[in-house]
Amino acid sequence: MQALVVAAHGSHLNPDASDPTYAHADTVRETGAFDEVREAFWKEEPHFREVIRTLESDEVFVVPLFISEGYFTEQVIPRELRLEDWDPEKWDSDGTDASQVTLEATDVGKTVHYCGPVGTHDAMTDVIVQRAESVTDDPDVGDGVGLAVVGHGTERNENSAKAIEYHADRIRERDRFDEVKALFMDEEPEVDDVTDFFESSDVVVVPLFVADGYHTQEDIPEDMGLTEDYRLGWDVPTEVDGHRIWYAGAVGTEGLMADVLLERAADAGAELGDALERVRAATTGSDGVATDESEPTAGD
Amino acid sequence: MADSLPGLDALLAAADEGVALDGLALERADDETYTLETPDTRETGLEEGELEDALESIPALVSNWRYWDTIGGKGTARRAFLRWCERAPPTDATTEDRTLEDAPFDVSSRYDALEDGIVREWGQLRITVELVDGGEGERRYELRHVDDADRAREELERREDPRDARELSTYDGDGRYRPLKTAPTLRSGWVFPELSGRALVEAVDFFYPATIANWHRERRGELDVDHWLETAERQTGIYDVIDELPREAVDWMAEACCVDSQCLRRREWEHEEGDELEPEGGDGPFPCREPCSLVVAAARKWAILESEDERTYELELTTSELNQLAELIDAVADGRIDEIREADVNDGANRYRARYLRAKRFDEDGGLEATKRE
Repeated sequence: MQALVVAAHGSHLNPDASDPTYAHADTVRETGAFDEVREAFWKEEPHFREVIRTLESDEVFVVPLFISEGYFTEQVIPRELRLEDWDPEKWDSDGTDASQVTLEATDVGKTVHYCGPVGTHDAMTDVIVQRAESVTDDPDVGDGVGLAVVGHGTERNENSAKAIEYHADRIRERDRFDEVKALFMDEEPEVDDVTDFFESSDVVVVPLFVADGYHTQEDIPEDMGLTEDYRLGWDVPTEVDGHRIWYAGAVGTEGLMADVLLERAADAGAELGDALERVRAATTGSDGVATDESEPTAGD
Repeated sequence: MADSLPGLDALLAAADEGVALDGLALERADDETYTLETPDTRETGLEEGELEDALESIPALVSNWRYWDTIGGKGTARRAFLRWCERAPPTDATTEDRTLEDAPFDVSSRYDALEDGIVREWGQLRITVELVDGGEGERRYELRHVDDADRAREELERREDPRDARELSTYDGDGRYRPLKTAPTLRSGWVFPELSGRALVEAVDFFYPATIANWHRERRGELDVDHWLETAERQTGIYDVIDELPREAVDWMAEACCVDSQCLRRREWEHEEGDELEPEGGDGPFPCREPCSLVVAAARKWAILESEDERTYELELTTSELNQLAELIDAVADGRIDEIREADVNDGANRYRARYLRAKRFDEDGGLEATKRE
């Protein structure tokens, strides 16, 4: 038997923080690729500390629903899962390369494949593009359009910015959008000045966040000038300084994120059958056209 | 072979390995004859035809075996929990078990009881197990809130998918977010009328995550308790400070957060091995094996607050006003604010009373007018 654990942050204060975690886990459940699928959290329940014992499977794939390698993926999650002999060196990563390492969870004696975060997987690049398609309702979006990939950024963890730049570079290489920029909340170049960085009249802004919350629904919209007060909402697109800003909200709410969870598990050796194809079809539409919903279409 | 008795084929197949469950024992000897043992008889040397006749006379024992065979998962928490639901004898409990307060039922009395439904409570969940009519021993589980025990099923919001438990457990009856799943604030008014065993366990796992797993470990004498100091010293980042919380503050914290009125888990962790905390751990069926993330987050606040020095202040209050401060604190601590009637000015935590006190005793900076004594 094999199990998938989706390890996310969760929140004591915001009931919506775990919505994407549940939605993507449900999409994976629908495929039947895993005997068991569990959500686990730092701030909700089941806690990282107690999730593995709820599983009957001997082989467990843990995929952190986090954007970058850092404090949570390198310290908190492995410690709380009691992964014996864990050392960040085992990922052999320069900040965006973590794939997986196989360890034992000491409280339960199970094999745990501890995977890198979803945010740094190559498949995440597709999710960002898919998010741009969803928000513009245009499966061919790109021509004449600029794309801003927005990250938190922080002085403390250089990997936070690396993940954003990694995907921005990959999208730029595809030559699909006229311009692609990596912007940040807490460091230069800042998302506040988004229109300064683009010549294109249409700019799609995709925040590389796992869930919508304070940053993506309050901070960034106000900082970009989409609205004076987040409580009043904003239009998509909104006219700012002569540009039309298509603000996508957290990339983590895109249904295709479930694909990244599966890719991570597959890289670590999970047997998935045709689950990858089925998830891609269910979350992008069979003709490659995005569904309107930001939640996965499979599910409740 | 005609399968006149449900489960017969499977039972005969299993006899090769030997069957032993709830009073039914069956073995096949080398000479192809069977030994059948029930609570009432022991027969040896039975030919297959004789065995079938004998089994026909004990349909409950056979269908009971069949059900637990389909449930499978020997040694798992899932199986142990489902057996606990119908008060079946535990097969792997090794220690004194707080959830064994009722004597277990043998198959005969269990089947009688299942006719009317066997009821169990798990926190604020009420589980009723029944036999499916003509279901060859199959069980169905109804799940509802304990407060809805006497309500007709039709009056309740009907749910089918165990995953609905996530939505039902996210907000309390007043629409407020419940960050602690085992807080005694689960909203009522819903019912899962007929869950399978597996679906029941899924639903309970969503309502009260990991409670079944930890209960099972405790029953087997394998509960791995992490006491306060172990959990506190393990923390890093912004929670690194919590191991500085003074010893007596850990008692106050447990009294604030971990008693039954606040959380249905039974606290099994102490300050450290051999140093018990003052407050009661609670009476719930499922154990709490270490301080949860809410306690850790609150402990950070208290660790910071407790690092302040105590001072002596002078402020003018009447005796009634001093008492009123205590009433206000009590009302907030007991979650009583919403119950205080608008015009009940006899209650010190009444809004008008509080506003009056503020008007009278606050200074222009918006705080109590008090003087620090040097």
